[in-house]
Amino acid sequence: MSPFELVVQQLINGLSLGAIYALIALGYTMVYGIIELINFAHGDVFMVGSFVALLIAGGLGVTGTVSGPMVAVVMFVILVGSMLATGLLGMLIERAAYRPLRHAPRLAPLITAIGVSFILQNVVQLRAGPSPVSFPDVMPNPVILAGNVIISAKQLMIIFVSIAMMAGLQWFVLKTRLGRAMRATAQDRQAASLMGININSTIALTFFIGSALAGAGGFVFGVYYNSVWFINGYIAGLKAFTAAVLGGIGNIAGAMIGGVLIGLLEALSAQYVSERYVDAIVFAILILVLVFRPSGLLGQHLPESAG
Amino acid sequence: MSEPAAVAKATMFPRFGSDLKSKALLGAVIVLAILYPILDSNASHVSSAADAGVFVLLALGLNIVVGYAGLLDLGYAAFFAIGSYAYGFLASPRFGIHLAFWLMLPIAGIIAAIFGIILGAPTLRLRGDYLAIVTLGFGEIVPVIFLNADKYTNGPNGINALDPPVVGSYNFGHNPLPYYFVVLFLIALIVIIIRRLRDSPLGRAWMAIREDEVAAAAMGIDTVKTKLFAFAIGASFSGIGGVVYSSKLGLVTPDNFRFSTSAFILSMVVLGGMGNIPGVILGAVILFELQSLILTQMTIWSHQLGAFTHIGFLDQLDFVNLKFLLYGLALVLMMLFRPEGLLPSARRRMELHATPEVAASESQELYDVSTEAQSA
Repeated sequence: MSPFELVVQQLINGLSLGAIYALIALGYTMVYGIIELINFAHGDVFMVGSFVALLIAGGLGVTGTVSGPMVAVVMFVILVGSMLATGLLGMLIERAAYRPLRHAPRLAPLITAIGVSFILQNVVQLRAGPSPVSFPDVMPNPVILAGNVIISAKQLMIIFVSIAMMAGLQWFVLKTRLGRAMRATAQDRQAASLMGININSTIALTFFIGSALAGAGGFVFGVYYNSVWFINGYIAGLKAFTAAVLGGIGNIAGAMIGGVLIGLLEALSAQYVSERYVDAIVFAILILVLVFRPSGLLGQHLPESAG
Repeated sequence: MSEPAAVAKATMFPRFGSDLKSKALLGAVIVLAILYPILDSNASHVSSAADAGVFVLLALGLNIVVGYAGLLDLGYAAFFAIGSYAYGFLASPRFGIHLAFWLMLPIAGIIAAIFGIILGAPTLRLRGDYLAIVTLGFGEIVPVIFLNADKYTNGPNGINALDPPVVGSYNFGHNPLPYYFVVLFLIALIVIIIRRLRDSPLGRAWMAIREDEVAAAAMGIDTVKTKLFAFAIGASFSGIGGVVYSSKLGLVTPDNFRFSTSAFILSMVVLGGMGNIPGVILGAVILFELQSLILTQMTIWSHQLGAFTHIGFLDQLDFVNLKFLLYGLALVLMMLFRPEGLLPSARRRMELHATPEVAASESQELYDVSTEAQSA
């Protein structure tokens, strides 16, 4: 493989990984945009999504590759099922752990978020065991060769699903009444409530959508890696959060761009620096962005400076 | 304004009777702590108590950052790692350097404080939740570096054969008893330091920042410098804890310092009562012993019961695996129902129990309406 082909290959790998991060990052950014809370449990909602997908696949009796046109139906059912489940889980978390603390000091919901994250991880660990669990290889995976560069059908599927989700989200947020209510609530909660918007249900809806997107991410993650693990949500969540911050937290387009950038960075640094330092590099980027450009690439609102 | 003023008055002029009672209680606790190794001759219990003491040190340090200054530090275990590795580098055959344990206590404290300042100086300008994430990232980077810099750290196997502390000709070796008393002494020393700090202008500045950073800055407090002090002092206690912990273990490996350790220490502070020294100590002891004694014991009982009754499910139950579930539940339930912790500080209780109306009206006076708008 020539050096050029190697770069292209890593770009493609990074793009599909970044698409998953982008799906998770959207949830962080939407929740932060509307209630200014870093939802630490969000990465674990993603992880739960991958396990729900596994459960549904088991329920459908899918243990190996589905052939023929049925594969699209099966994958659609699993995707929608895991999105619904994680969406409801997100709403439940908001209702139980964050809403009662909406007027408490900022530290309080952050701490419950960490607690929820631990609870989700350990409930899944109790049910599914401490080791990685194999995920059925649902879809056939023919590869396209361009020179020596391999593009797999799974990678194309991930990119397709992510783009479809993001386009749908953009449409929803920009064109529908509920989307407008969400933007209004994010901008000024009190003014929005004076305009007749139900703040509680708008926030709940935001959690539903953000968590459903994480569930979709969990499903494609399982299909791509054929393995799910209760610990996956923590690191993936942290990287997706980095993506959201990089793009400008609170900014939906920023989260998508940030996700892709983090995926590319990860693939390239695994290739050209060292596989072992990938996580450290990503988190170093996080710290550098927060220190030098806390508003991110596309963010407009700067965090209040205390200095 | 009348209620906080009343609290301030109550803390400034404690009633005489309650003061006497708390002094008697304090004396009893100290005597009990000193006599504990005599009362409980089981060496593994004493060893576990010494480890619990190290976590008391850590929790007291984190309490300065979270409880006093109100900064959420999620990478606190990184400083614990830095202190431990400092001891590994400077007091083991690894590089042939053998500095004395007693010398390493302040050195590791200073090294950890320097790292606290390096991390804090650029990031403490950020708002609280951003700081939480930056510290989380830092907490992930540090063990990754220790894990991968094999040339110096021996990678996942870590550095072993660390020097045990020596007093005159007496070598601590693997006897937990002297470690227990060293930890007890360090706790006493650090509690005295923290109490003095808390009542100093610096301590009051921390609490002013925690309660209202904008107002504190308006009163002329240099908020970044004040927060940096909290960060550095908190980190130094963690570094000292690292020296004691790794010298007792005789070994330092990178996997003791992940996020789970940071969260474990945070749970201790939250459970016991943020900002209150006895509360934090209680929280640390409860959670540590829960892990090392109670859950292990419950597992043994459950297995015995399972073997006796032939109920297979009891046989399989491992309560130690449940510990993080319990920490998570503790964090959520404490925040929802008793955010001031088991033993609250009066000031913290006032702050955390502000009614929604008060919180909303306060924020409306100080900021624009958007920050804490009343929900419909």
